[in-house]
Amino acid sequence: MAEILAPGKQQDGVGGGGGGFHEGDFGGYGSGPPPGTSRRIYRTGMWLGLLAISMVFLAFTSAYIVRSGLSDDWLPIELPRLLWGNALLLFLSSLTIERTRKALNGGRRAECNHWLAVTTALGVAFLVGQLLVWRQLASHGVYVTTNPSSSFFYLLTATHGLHLLGGVMALLYIVWQAWHYQLGPAKRTLVEVTAIYWHFMDGLWIYILLLLSLWR
Amino acid sequence: MAHAAGAHAVHEAPTGFIRKYIFSLDHKVIGIQYYLLALVAVWVGMILSLYMRLRLAWPTEEFPLVGGVMTPEAYLSLVTMHGTIMVFFVLTTAPQSGFGNYILPIQIGAADMAFPFLNALSFWVTFLSFAVMLAAFFVSGGAPISGWTGYPPLSAVGEVAGPGLGLGQTLWVVSLAIFCGGALLGALNFIATTLDLRAKGMYLMRMPLTVWAWFITAILGLLAFGVLLAAGVLLLMDRVAGTSFFIPGGLVISEQIISHKGGSPLLWQHLFWFFGHPEVYIAILPGMGVVSQILSTFARKPIFGYRAMVYAIMGIGGLGFLVWGHHMFISGMSPYSAIAFSVLTLSIGVPSAIKTFNWLGTLIGGRIRFTTPMLYALGFVSLFVTGGLSGLFLGQPSLDLYLHDTYFVLAHFHMVMGVAAIFGIFAGTYFWFPKMFGRMMNEPLGKLHFWITFIGVYAIFMPMHYIGIAGHPRRYAETSGVEYLGSLQPVHDFISIVAIVTIAAQFIFLFNFFWSLYHGEKASVNPWECTTLEWTVPSPPPHDNFGGHSPVVYHGAYEYNVPGASQDYIMQTSPEKVTH
Repeated sequence: MAEILAPGKQQDGVGGGGGGFHEGDFGGYGSGPPPGTSRRIYRTGMWLGLLAISMVFLAFTSAYIVRSGLSDDWLPIELPRLLWGNALLLFLSSLTIERTRKALNGGRRAECNHWLAVTTALGVAFLVGQLLVWRQLASHGVYVTTNPSSSFFYLLTATHGLHLLGGVMALLYIVWQAWHYQLGPAKRTLVEVTAIYWHFMDGLWIYILLLLSLWR
Repeated sequence: MAHAAGAHAVHEAPTGFIRKYIFSLDHKVIGIQYYLLALVAVWVGMILSLYMRLRLAWPTEEFPLVGGVMTPEAYLSLVTMHGTIMVFFVLTTAPQSGFGNYILPIQIGAADMAFPFLNALSFWVTFLSFAVMLAAFFVSGGAPISGWTGYPPLSAVGEVAGPGLGLGQTLWVVSLAIFCGGALLGALNFIATTLDLRAKGMYLMRMPLTVWAWFITAILGLLAFGVLLAAGVLLLMDRVAGTSFFIPGGLVISEQIISHKGGSPLLWQHLFWFFGHPEVYIAILPGMGVVSQILSTFARKPIFGYRAMVYAIMGIGGLGFLVWGHHMFISGMSPYSAIAFSVLTLSIGVPSAIKTFNWLGTLIGGRIRFTTPMLYALGFVSLFVTGGLSGLFLGQPSLDLYLHDTYFVLAHFHMVMGVAAIFGIFAGTYFWFPKMFGRMMNEPLGKLHFWITFIGVYAIFMPMHYIGIAGHPRRYAETSGVEYLGSLQPVHDFISIVAIVTIAAQFIFLFNFFWSLYHGEKASVNPWECTTLEWTVPSPPPHDNFGGHSPVVYHGAYEYNVPGASQDYIMQTSPEKVTH
């Protein structure tokens, strides 16, 4: 197992959530950036990306609050209970991606693959759950244009869904790497930034649910 | 895509034409790509303004490509596209993405940007955005007429409200949304590069002021463009999905009842200007950085008050997020809010004055070399002061109530963020051209270009203050039909003639640029005797900038005329000891 997990030859590539990288090797760049630079810039980049995403949702939130107080046409929609089930899926996936990360860092390949698969499945299940929520609402006659509250509901959940889809793509890329025996500790930055992104999407989902249920 | 891996320009130097010049990951090539995109955009935007001036001076004449006498609606579409193209594809693109991309990594001693692939992606996304924007000219109904600020309901209700508000306006929104994507990727890259890839010894307080300006501008961009993106998504949904975020109820347009109800056009204004005011600083801050660099270099003196300059950039950037309401004084906002916005707005005068006086302090007692970049840097200071002073008028609600939507506003922002920023771009071009292309630009031609342009822009925009105070509204295609405007027509004629001359003078620049590419005098490594890192590498620099090793930095960026030093400047990388 050790040779499979060894850093091995360099891999190139880009993941949806984190991007490709070399870890610690700056081939021929003798007195170049100190070791660990690569890991640091990917973490910095991810946090900056999350800041930009936060600004989008902040703008939506401000629009939501202003629009809800504007005129008397605002009718709060009843949130389907399935939403909370989806929240549970996402919460669990945050736990499992942590298990993935720790297993990878500890060099426990089978365990890592196991939790990676579970995380990806939970992510996909969340997206399917969201589709079901939209279908439920539509079957009750609640569409995008039905009411400003439903417009915001679809807008917020769809924007979050798109971002989560990006996270799932990154996970699938990692799965693909694992499938080809290329997922070793050398790839820990990729998994780490994906995990940061994933946790953030989890937190963002809780935030959206609280906004939708408390500010009616 | 595979080459994204490098992260620090460990990607190999490409050999094929496509990988070297088209889909390159080299920050220098991408910087030039951004610059050339802005160069194309600025000519498009300038020709649009030429047509506007022609229409204003000779309202009944026919001009080529218009097809008969230009309609007032066509005039409005020129207004819209001129503003949009200039603000986004010139003022946001050239100083930050163009020069920033080329110079920033070298100035901090890095081999490339933090994320070379994202860098290339952000350029091509911006390119796509420009193509979509231009496409608006060629669709049924033509380009939109709602101004660069795209205020709803005009921008939201569709073509029932006028030509260009159908597909043209949709393309406009989509283009801006795409642009936001590219701008966010670029901003992220600039910040990560500055934070994590500085060479040994390049402490924050040793960074050139150019780097500080690009860095702070990137932070503004990261925080502002997401908000414009969100607003654009809401506007697009109002247009195509039938929602009512911005469209109020009870609208009847062209005898048609608009079915939307309950939305608020003011909501758009808040979101737009929350982005829009920082955007003004995104356009001007890089110019301030370039000017600081150039004034110090050609006065052969350290920049006066380096730390104060850094804090002033931060102050301007920070305050920029708190003043958006001054664009909305006439929107019926509470007078108390207006006062708060006004006080914050006027307080931007403090860091702006710090910068201006420090620039003057840098010049005093210097042995000034009046090169073309220096002339443009001095022109920048002049324009920034002139344009900034009229900001003190507009920042007060009582005066703004009268001056809002007049030519006074037009004159103000063209001076301070338009032409001043353009002068920053010219200064940067004449300054860094030798480094970027390995040849000097022609100095006599550069000086001729400067004097015509400098006098020209003052002759164009100073009279606009006066017709603004006289009550001339913006966006009117002609003065006929409004009695009191008739007497202002000679001013329009004058402005138009000067504008034609000034635009013609830009051919001097264009000729100088392309002639110098091939026939300019060969540039040495450090033709201006400047201290920063880009002047330690060949002109133009090799693929990985520093030939495979990282430089070590010993000094700040402005060690000119140091007592006891061996020459009148000390390179940042020189280990020479300095006693202050």
